[in-house]
Amino acid sequence: MYSKKVIEEFSNPHNVGVIEDADGVGEIGSTVDGDIINISIKVKDDVIEDIKFKTFGCVVAISTSSAVTRLAKGKNVDEALELANEDVLEALGGLPEGKDKCSGFALDALKLAIEDYQEKNK
Amino acid sequence: MDHSATTPVDPLVVDAMLPYFSEMFGNSSSLHSFGMEAAEALARAREQVAEAIGASPEEIIFTSGGTESDNLAIRGVIPHDAGKKHIITSVIEHPAVLNTCAFLESMGHDITYVPVDADGIIDLQELKGSIRDDTVLISVMHANNEVGTIQPIEEIAKIAKENDIYFHTDAVQTVGKVPVNVDDLGVDMLSISSHKIHGPKGAGALYVRKGTVIEPIVFGGNHERGLRSGTENIPGIVGLGKAMSLASELLGTDAKHMQEMRDSLISRVFDALPDVRLNGHPTQRLPNNVNLSFKYVEGESMLMMLDMKGIAVSTGSACSSKSMNASHVLTSLKLEDDYIHGSLRISLGKENTMEDVDYVVESLKEIVLKLREMSPLSNS
Ligand SMILES: Cc1ncc(COP(=O)(O)O)c(C=O)c1O
Ligand code: FES
Repeated sequence: MYSKKVIEEFSNPHNVGVIEDADGVGEIGSTVDGDIINISIKVKDDVIEDIKFKTFGCVVAISTSSAVTRLAKGKNVDEALELANEDVLEALGGLPEGKDKCSGFALDALKLAIEDYQEKNK
Repeated sequence: MDHSATTPVDPLVVDAMLPYFSEMFGNSSSLHSFGMEAAEALARAREQVAEAIGASPEEIIFTSGGTESDNLAIRGVIPHDAGKKHIITSVIEHPAVLNTCAFLESMGHDITYVPVDADGIIDLQELKGSIRDDTVLISVMHANNEVGTIQPIEEIAKIAKENDIYFHTDAVQTVGKVPVNVDDLGVDMLSISSHKIHGPKGAGALYVRKGTVIEPIVFGGNHERGLRSGTENIPGIVGLGKAMSLASELLGTDAKHMQEMRDSLISRVFDALPDVRLNGHPTQRLPNNVNLSFKYVEGESMLMMLDMKGIAVSTGSACSSKSMNASHVLTSLKLEDDYIHGSLRISLGKENTMEDVDYVVESLKEIVLKLREMSPLSNS
């Protein structure tokens, strides 16, 4: 039911971890919901130099987190904020019906991390 | 490792079935010799099933499986013209029972769903307290398919009998794993499914105690004493008969073997990993059922990684996303949030070995550690 790309991303996720001296951190979800995605970023001159994630959740939650970190890495924060569901879906070769909206969670976490960075550097 | 979902057909069962596809393809209702062969095969299978559960052959109605047997038992004892009736069941039944009850509810009947305790055992006081004058049926499963808890069927049967109420049990998961004798259990009706006991899919039976007043839900040429019309699935029924014979013959050795693997698997996982919980009753459980919850990780992720290692399991957990919920069974056990998302059901089969158990324990350890490393909840 999952595309090859999803399985590949899930089995070998990129950028797992936490950046200790992060410039921005975003976390969404709770144990009640069952999904928690934490994204931390290191930013230099408004460019995301490093990004890491930690996720508690299903195959989709983990693979979208990984894909989002890959897509955002090296991007200018404004560009990264423009990333949309479609970009994540494309990177993963689509998601099964009913789960196609789940890619939004990881993006939300990324946005929170960037906002956190922007807040701190006003 | 997912034998509660289904099982491979035993080669002896296949051998028994094969002639009934080709040489002996008759319709048991025909009067010629081809029909006779089919009728004889049907009679033999009926004896085999009856003998395995301590019933008489006339008390066995062949169906298409556990789902249909549950439907027939529950809908069949509600008289079609008797006005509103009341049925008591439990919150952890299989959907074949729950959805049949929901349908009857939509037809205007009343259903009481009795809760279970943290181990999955039905609350007998609540069950007693919910009995009414118009209660016609109590339906409680023998063992739960997800968490493996075995219910005190004999006690429920006593309560039903004292109150003159029919009692049905879904024994789909217990046949071949624990002794199933209709008189010892004291049930009026009992559902059986062939594909869970190394028989073919699409075959099953409902035991109906002599004297039980029941109406058909399928109408036609009055096969199966008029309770289940339709030309019989002879190969399937022959397979079910053989599978039932084998299951009762081998029950002692098979159950012991599965229970040894079960207990070893559970204790070794607990030794290997912290923050694990066993779901279901510690001792009143199916000999082949292991249902564990792992903190900090999610069920589907574990399932997928095990699948990549060639291990098939199932999970009652579902990632939130608000589009999916944890199973009604886990929810009924009131697991803490920390544990409800990370459940796995490993259901063993007689053909599994201790080497398989070794491999599962090793793989689980590796996978859970890997996922915990990815989890923001665990500080490992
Ligand atoms: C407890 C229980 N009842 C009923 C069924 C349905 O049986 P069948 O697949 O033969 O319709 C199952 C199997 O999924 C089951 O586990
Ligand atoms: S993120 Fe898990 S189902 Fe949507």
